[in-house]
Parts: sequence; C-alpha cells; structure tokens
Amino acid sequence: MASNATSQAQSLASSQARQQRRRKSARFYIRRLIQYIVMAALSVVFMVPLVWIVSSSLKTQGQVFAYPPIWIPEPIVWFNYIEALQRAPLLRWLWNTTFITLLSIVGTVISSSMVAFGFARLRFPGRRILFILLLSTMMLPQVVTLIPRFIMFKWWGWLDTPWPMIVPTFFGGGAFNIFLVRQFYLTIPKDFDEAARIDGASNWAIWWRILVPLSRPVLIAIGIFSFVFHWNDFMNPLIFLFSEKNKTLALGLRAFINPTDASWHISMAASMYLVIPITILFFVGQRYFIRGVVMTGIAGR
Amino acid sequence: MAVRGLSKLERREAIDGYLFIMPWLIGFVLWVAGPMIASIVLSFMEWDLFSPPTWVGAANFVQLGQTDLVWKSLWNTAYYTFLSVPLTLMVALGTAMMLNLPLRGQSAFRTFFYLPAVMPAVANAVLWFWILNPDVGLANALLRMLGLPESQWLWSPTSSKPTFVLMSLWGIGNTMVIFLAGLQGIPQSLYDAAEIDGANGWQRFRAVTLPMLSPVILFNLVLGIIGSFQIFTNAFLMTNGGPQHSTLFTVLYLYRLGFEQFKMGFASALAWLLFAIILVFTLVQLRLSDTWVYYEGGEG
Repeated sequence: MASNATSQAQSLASSQARQQRRRKSARFYIRRLIQYIVMAALSVVFMVPLVWIVSSSLKTQGQVFAYPPIWIPEPIVWFNYIEALQRAPLLRWLWNTTFITLLSIVGTVISSSMVAFGFARLRFPGRRILFILLLSTMMLPQVVTLIPRFIMFKWWGWLDTPWPMIVPTFFGGGAFNIFLVRQFYLTIPKDFDEAARIDGASNWAIWWRILVPLSRPVLIAIGIFSFVFHWNDFMNPLIFLFSEKNKTLALGLRAFINPTDASWHISMAASMYLVIPITILFFVGQRYFIRGVVMTGIAGR
Repeated sequence: MAVRGLSKLERREAIDGYLFIMPWLIGFVLWVAGPMIASIVLSFMEWDLFSPPTWVGAANFVQLGQTDLVWKSLWNTAYYTFLSVPLTLMVALGTAMMLNLPLRGQSAFRTFFYLPAVMPAVANAVLWFWILNPDVGLANALLRMLGLPESQWLWSPTSSKPTFVLMSLWGIGNTMVIFLAGLQGIPQSLYDAAEIDGANGWQRFRAVTLPMLSPVILFNLVLGIIGSFQIFTNAFLMTNGGPQHSTLFTVLYLYRLGFEQFKMGFASALAWLLFAIILVFTLVQLRLSDTWVYYEGGEG
C-alpha cells in the first residue's frame, strides 16, 4: 500500500513537472500541430479505400472512369444496388454468410470459454504440456492440414454444406481465442470460485454462473474477432462450397471481379452488401476489438 | 492418464479439467494432429481422389526438387515475406506510437487506421484492381499529378510483387493494435527517468521503447512471417499467379495442384516443404530472440 502511494505521488509529481515544462514552450504547440496534421493525413490514407468503394457504388459508369477522379457522385445512383441483386443471388449468399457467421460465433464463444476455464482454473496432470501444445498450434500454417481436412469432409458427405466452416468452431474455437479468455480468467480473483464452492457449486456452475458473466468484455471481443473472420473468410468456402446456391457472399462476389467487364460501379455496389454490415459492427464494437487485445496483456509473454 | 496417485478431491478436479478441455482436445485430434499425420502419409502417395491411392515413396519430394514452378513459387513467397514483414512492422509500430500520443480524438484515429483490416478480401480486390488500373486507376492519376513515372502495378512481372507488398500496408490493423497494447504497458516512469537523464526522443525510443517492446515485436514478427508465407487470397483473386508466374505464391500453387489438378500427394509434399520452411524460420527467430528480446523480471 505504502509503496503504491509513493509511486502514485511520484508519478503525479513528475506529470505535473512535465506539464509545467510543456506549458512554457511554444515548440510544444508546434509539435502538437504537426502531430495532428500527420494523424489527419494518415486517416485520409487509411480511409480512401472505403470512401472510394462507397462513392463508386453510387456512380454512373461514366463517372467511374472520369479523370480527374470524382469523389462525390452526381447524380447519386441508388439503382446500382438493385442491379447488383439482379446480376447474382446476393441475398441468398448473404443469408448463407449470416448463417455460418452466427453459428460460428456461438461455437467459438462457448467452446473457447469452456476450454479456457479448464486451463485457467482446474489442475490436472499434463495441463502445462497440453497448454503449450495449444499455443504452438497458433504457429501451425493452415495449409498443412487443408488437404486431409478436405478429404475427411468429403468422406463425411459435408462438402458443399456449411458444416466444415461451423462445426470445428464448437471444438475449441481457435487457440488464440482460448488464450485470450484464459488470460482474462486469470485476472479474476479465485475468491469468487472458492465462495461458490463452499456453497456447494460444481465447476460447471462456477464457470457458467460466475466466470462467464464476469468475462463479458473478452467474450464480446472474441465474438467480434470470430465475426470478422467468418464473414470475410474466403479460402474455406472456396475449398468446401461449390454450388451457386450454397456459396457465401465473400466467395460469390468473386464473379464481380472481372477486368474485362467495365461495370465497376455494379461490382462496388455488390461488395457493399458485404462491407456495410461489417463496417457497422466495427464502428459499434471498435472499443472491444482494441480493448480485447489490450486488457489481456497479450504482450507476447 | 496418471489420474491415480491423486486424492479423491484432486481426482475429481482432474476429471473435470479433462472434460472442460475436451472440446479442444477432440478438435485438435480431428483437425490438427490427425490431418498432419495424414498429410505426411499422403505426401508419399499418388492420389487423384478417384482411383485408389498408390504408394510412391519419396517420388513426390524428388519431383518437388525438379519442378521449376515450385522454386519459382518459393522465391516469390520469400521475396514478398522479406519485404512485407519488416515494412508492415515498421509502419505498424510507427502508427501505434502516433496513436499512443496524448492527443484528442485518438479513438477516432484508431478506428480509421484499423478499418482497412476488417475489409473483406473480395471488396479489397475489386477496389485495388481498379485503383491500380494502369489506364484509369487512381494510383497512376496520383503519379501523373506529382509528375512521377507511371507504373504497370500488378500487370508487369517486375512491379507485381512490390505492389502486393504495398497493398499489405493497408492491413496493418491487428499488428498495430498489438503494438499499441504493448506501448501502453510501458511504465511512464521509465520515460521520465530517461528524460531526467537528458535523453532526447530518439534515445528514449532506443533505450526504453524498443527493449520494453521487444517481446511484442517478436510476437508480431513470428506471426507476421507465418501469415505472409501463406499469402493466397489476394493473389488468387487479383492476378491468379500472373503475369509470367511472378505472383504464383506457394499456397496458390498448392491450391492449383490439389484442387484443380487433384494431385493430392504432390500437393501434400509441397505443404510439408512449406511447413518445414516456416518452422525453421520460426525456430531460428525464437533462438535469435535470446539476443535481442528483453523480458522484464529476468526469465520470460
């Protein structure tokens, strides 16, 4: 306690000293100004792709190829979005994507929090080795297992169904996610568990009734990570899905990438069906993305 | 397992422990360990999925060595990795440091910088295809405006790989956020001490930021190399390996061998070659890390 108070006093004193020094210098304000300018410029650079997709999706074909480039479409052609629907079964694909994504989120959140509880709270022989094994799978390139997985799903009759994307999420939900949740569980005091245990609660009750509600932020974070992954996933649907009606939106949109076809405005409108939901989710949940990583102190340890 | 020799209470805890991690354990056996063994076995076979597989011994590996496209694809992948990973790390660290400054509106800046990382690959491909179009694209329009020579970007074998490197800089979001998390974990007192000792900005960066951040740099380096050795989707969507095989990356070649030509054995052999290369790089990095990674409190 005492050392904590001294260090707080020290950091307070030093931050006051810093502020005093800064208040005096004009150089400080000039530096701040430059920093803001750089940040604004970088924001533009990072936002250009999104802005360009949005603006082009609302242009006429002529404006798409206009030089110098036009940023604000005139007139605004909402009809591009309808024409995109007429060219391909986008809504069907959107439904397939939604189905896979939602079930995968459920699988990822439940199974990774369950496994994380085992590693964070329960002692059993081989725990350390198994945990190292789990971490090392993060470094395993996916392609090594790709062909046998394809053959396995072919045997099971799962090709051209959503199950190869969904079912594995219920079995662990990914090493990285398990790791994040476990790190979070380690920050929750064990006193909560002990109190419940004295009242006769089982491990399952402690996990479900105590740790899961307390770890809501990290569960939201991995839910969002899993949303982004499955929503955008291209490689798995490419390998496991074939027929038009079963494709996901990310896979189906490939038909709109055609360098010889000049209707880029329609391609952009079509990709907006994939971009809009994830952008909304991102803006709503952005603090969880970042906090999810920050709070677990992933810091490479 | 060794559940005997434990007390009754410990045994019950151990059984629960195994039950809790069971989903992962089953998944690990079914989709990681099992397939890895299967893919070793497959790499010694010839199989087109339709006729019965035949054992061919090391023939696939011999053929790997004799196939020019294998070497070409490995060279392309290495070229991309060695340019993209250091650049990505530097840009991500730079932006993370900017985001760590005490400025107003940092959460908005953070959102903007991260956003391209969540853009779907297909949407990105549509967009870049067109930004980079040599005749009507935004990129050449910008170069013309600045009076610089135009580029063929993806459409010339000399500029196609650097163009992929350039595009990878827009996807730094995750790396950047992990750096930011690391930066926020560095105690301010260290910077204050360095400032009192008269260290300037660069010296503070060298003496405080870099060592304190070195575990995070290692983490991003290892995952960055593993990720970029597996570059696939962008190349598949945008260039499909061309022009003149200059963007035929290893995983793209593997996809063609396995899922277009149905050479499951040969493709598995290539997968193992790539895995071996990635593994060697990872182990070398972890070994070298002893010399430059600083773990607070002695042992890491």
